[in-house]
Amino acid sequence: MSGPDGIFVLAPALLAAYFLVALISPAICKALNRNGLIALALLPGATTVWALAQLPAVLDGGSRSTTMQWVPSLSLSIDLRLDALAMIMTLVIAGVGTLVLLYSGRYFPDGDEGLGRYSGALIAFAGAMLGLVWADNLILLVIFWELTGILSYLLIAHRTGKRSSRMAASQALMVTTAGGLVMLVGVVMLGVTAGTFTISEIIANPPSGPMITTAIVLMIVGGISKSAIIPFQFWLPGAMAAPTPASAFLHAATMVKAGIYLFARLAPAFAVLPAWQPLLMTLGGATMLYGGVIALRQRDLKLLLAYGTVSQLGLMTLLLGCGNPDALLGGMAMLIAHATFKAPLFFAVGVIDTSTGTRDFTKLSGLGKSLPVVAVMATLAAISMAGIPPMIGFAAKEAGYAGLLDGGTAGVIGTAVMALGSALTVAYSARFLWGAFATKPGVATTKPTASSAWMTGPTMFLVVLGLVLGIVPSLLEPLLQSYAQTAGPTHEGAMALWHGLELPLALSAAGWAVGAGIFYAQLARERRTEIARPGGEPGAVYRATARGVDEIADSVTSATQRGSLPVSLGAILLVLVAFPGLMLIRANTSPKDVTLLGEPAQLVLSLVILGIAAATVRVKRGLTAVLMVGGAGYAIAVLFILRGAPDLALTQILVETVTLIAALLVLTRLPDDALYSTHKGNGFRAAIAVAAGALMTALALIIPGTRTATPVSADLAGPAVEFAGGRNIVNVILVDVRAWDTYGEVTVLIAAATGVASLIFLVRRTGRAPSKPTVVTNPVRPRQPSPWLATNWVPRRSLLLEVVTRMIFHIIVVFSVYVLFVGHDEPGGGFAAGLIVGLALALRYIAGGAYELGEAAPVDPGILMGVGLFISSATAVYGVVAGGAALQSTILKATVPLLGDLKFVTSTIFDIGVYLIVIGLVLDVLRSMGAELDRQGVVDRFDLDAPGNRAARRDRQVSR
Amino acid sequence: MTTDLVLAITIGGLFACGVYLMLSRNLIRVILGFLLAGHGVNLMLLSVGGGFVPPIVGEPANGQEVADPIPQALILTSIVITLAVATFLFAMAYRNYILTRDPELDDELEPDEVADAELGAGEE
Repeated sequence: MSGPDGIFVLAPALLAAYFLVALISPAICKALNRNGLIALALLPGATTVWALAQLPAVLDGGSRSTTMQWVPSLSLSIDLRLDALAMIMTLVIAGVGTLVLLYSGRYFPDGDEGLGRYSGALIAFAGAMLGLVWADNLILLVIFWELTGILSYLLIAHRTGKRSSRMAASQALMVTTAGGLVMLVGVVMLGVTAGTFTISEIIANPPSGPMITTAIVLMIVGGISKSAIIPFQFWLPGAMAAPTPASAFLHAATMVKAGIYLFARLAPAFAVLPAWQPLLMTLGGATMLYGGVIALRQRDLKLLLAYGTVSQLGLMTLLLGCGNPDALLGGMAMLIAHATFKAPLFFAVGVIDTSTGTRDFTKLSGLGKSLPVVAVMATLAAISMAGIPPMIGFAAKEAGYAGLLDGGTAGVIGTAVMALGSALTVAYSARFLWGAFATKPGVATTKPTASSAWMTGPTMFLVVLGLVLGIVPSLLEPLLQSYAQTAGPTHEGAMALWHGLELPLALSAAGWAVGAGIFYAQLARERRTEIARPGGEPGAVYRATARGVDEIADSVTSATQRGSLPVSLGAILLVLVAFPGLMLIRANTSPKDVTLLGEPAQLVLSLVILGIAAATVRVKRGLTAVLMVGGAGYAIAVLFILRGAPDLALTQILVETVTLIAALLVLTRLPDDALYSTHKGNGFRAAIAVAAGALMTALALIIPGTRTATPVSADLAGPAVEFAGGRNIVNVILVDVRAWDTYGEVTVLIAAATGVASLIFLVRRTGRAPSKPTVVTNPVRPRQPSPWLATNWVPRRSLLLEVVTRMIFHIIVVFSVYVLFVGHDEPGGGFAAGLIVGLALALRYIAGGAYELGEAAPVDPGILMGVGLFISSATAVYGVVAGGAALQSTILKATVPLLGDLKFVTSTIFDIGVYLIVIGLVLDVLRSMGAELDRQGVVDRFDLDAPGNRAARRDRQVSR
Repeated sequence: MTTDLVLAITIGGLFACGVYLMLSRNLIRVILGFLLAGHGVNLMLLSVGGGFVPPIVGEPANGQEVADPIPQALILTSIVITLAVATFLFAMAYRNYILTRDPELDDELEPDEVADAELGAGEE
């Protein structure tokens, strides 16, 4: 107890404790089973004691606060504040939370599978709820607000196997989250306009203006969605799918009060806004009457109580909507009273449910005699609900009437609505007692099983509390006055059992009489006809909306995504032609500096390229087409040389060769008519193609003319030599200037190689890498082992190829190392060098087959690529460690005897990584598309499970 | 920067043929179209760079313009990425053929149509 804020400085730690305990509570429940829930009650119990110890501090308008920095840039800090209003909510949350956990410890059957999740969600919910009422920062409030919504989703959907409970949970989540989003908009508007997100500061100096009115209305939308006020009332009855103790906690005592809390928090500052009174009083009053009427039509006791809660929430909204200090006091008194009577009523329903197996009162009879304790408890709670002395509900209702009568014209109208609603409350309270406990003629007497003291005990505690507070309501006076006086001066002695013969008492008495009349009239009518049935499921509009949104999404998706490759690609290309094309025409830029021909040789090359491209369109045989596209690639490589790009030419030739090999490996496994299309080419395709080609030609003519500024690369030559130690500027760009790009690129290579492997090795039948065969499945063997290669199992051998391979393989590999190291100064580099090794490996594979490849490169390509990436990454990190930027290079120079002056640039190490990755890529392609497909081709013939054989087998079965 | 008409037409021609092939239902044709269109784009980048002398320090220029190295670096990246993507596409085409025994790509069915098709297969 140090400092002015005393033990409230523990609040953040307490919140953290809730979330930590929520994490370990599944383990606790696993160890202690349902007794774990009783043990967990210690935490909210301790919170209650901790809060009560601070009670004196919040009286007479006092408060405690504590703050912790969190995200200063978002003006988000953990500002917690405890004043009278927060104290009321804290006691309700922690107090009812303690009792709910004790009750839950026997409500669930021993060994219930959902206990861990239930306990964790409940504890976390209690923590979020406490955070919500302590939050002194608007953003923090929204965060806790949404947390309670998500956790309530988990609690409502406790019986995950039931579709109806999942539906109810998602409905509650959708409604409250949608409201929460609207509230967030209001919160941001309020905070930005006010210049602070600290709630207490805003309330102390409330800003005004149309922005503020809009913000408050948006926040009210959030509040009424959370508190199930019309038009959002429908989610609360659905949420009764939750276990009954969770309903008692969330849907009676705490979460549905979050909206009420928000109104109570805002009312002292913003009830004067013109929108406040009409909006909240209309919706609250309508909700109160609606809930009361519908409650009378329920047969399920829990649903009856749920509609009763809707009605009571409407009453609280009505009172807070009136907004004068006395009405605010009455509203909060109702909130306390509601917690003390609605939770025990839910508890009583839970006892009835667990001991008889039903909550449908048309099947219950004679429980008043067989469950006398529960009957007495429920009767006292129902009396409180009906507002009959000596229970707290009476005193609270009197305070409510007094507050409304003090609230001007609107208050008088509100009084009338409240009186009517109270009569309905009396009626459904009576109906609840009659339904639950009366002996009904024609219904077999129900035989309940015994229920635990852990369940009746918490019920009794709350009822006795309601009785004590009802007899001595002045106990609540200081706390309620402390809150209400923040809004202005109030009348003394608002909470009393006896106010004298005044109008409120007359209204209460009239309510009892009318309510009793309604109850007996309904009973009499039902004797003649039948017991009232609930109408249709609430929330029809919500469901229709949800269905409509689904249908629109569905039709939009199927209209825009036809699932057809040509249509999707065609759409993309049409956009390409339409938008940049139109922009080009609008820009009205004509080509500049266009010559007919750059180099004479270019004409020949261009003709070759165009001829091949045009022919490819018409070719029907796959192999021909692949060879032709490869030819076009080689021609383009020559074009690269003409245009001063030797690096590109080198890489292009190598890449074209590897692509060709990959394509041939695949195409040999496809039928020869693989390019034969049953869909004839049509004019539409041709039109898009011509348009796209024309656009590209136009761009190619115009873009070079638009480059008027000096290119960045104009000044690259000097720094390339000086800082990067290389004369080949393209290579310097790749491994130094734009090395991050290259780094990203090599990771794409690895991803692609992994993709290739996983597409081919879809079903791994053996884990053996094909290095040397142990079993030869291929019946055609060579007559003699090859003296030239490492393995000798290829059926059809080419002696010439074997000899050439033997002679040049090692030379190629050594040459690749040369290309790798000169790359910094001459054409070459890691990409080209890696591809050269890849081609050498391809040669080994073509000459000697799969096993020869395994002998030539006895490594896992994955490991090779991993090592390569590691080396490249290490270079990147080295740059940072060496005191520069990531991937920054260092030039090392040394004079070595015999060899002379040597220069080594660290970016070469990066290039070595690239080199290994490219080798790995090619090796992976050869291993997958070559070796693995060879093996699968052999296996398929013998394995009936191979897809092709499966189809054949099915055909045979059909013919049989 | 200067450019020439023949190169521009080559670029457009490559792109047009590539697009035509890409709009096919045949996966191999799509890949070939992708490669041709890729060539067109690479040439376009190169033509934007202009110049005829390799961007290597110390290379004799003989009075000609030095090519811009930055588009070349971009193209080099593009070439290698194209290799990776093309091999991946070839593997995909192969897998598609193995699963459907059809080099053509049919339109994807709506979920309810898929259910109908599976039902039909079950009755078979």
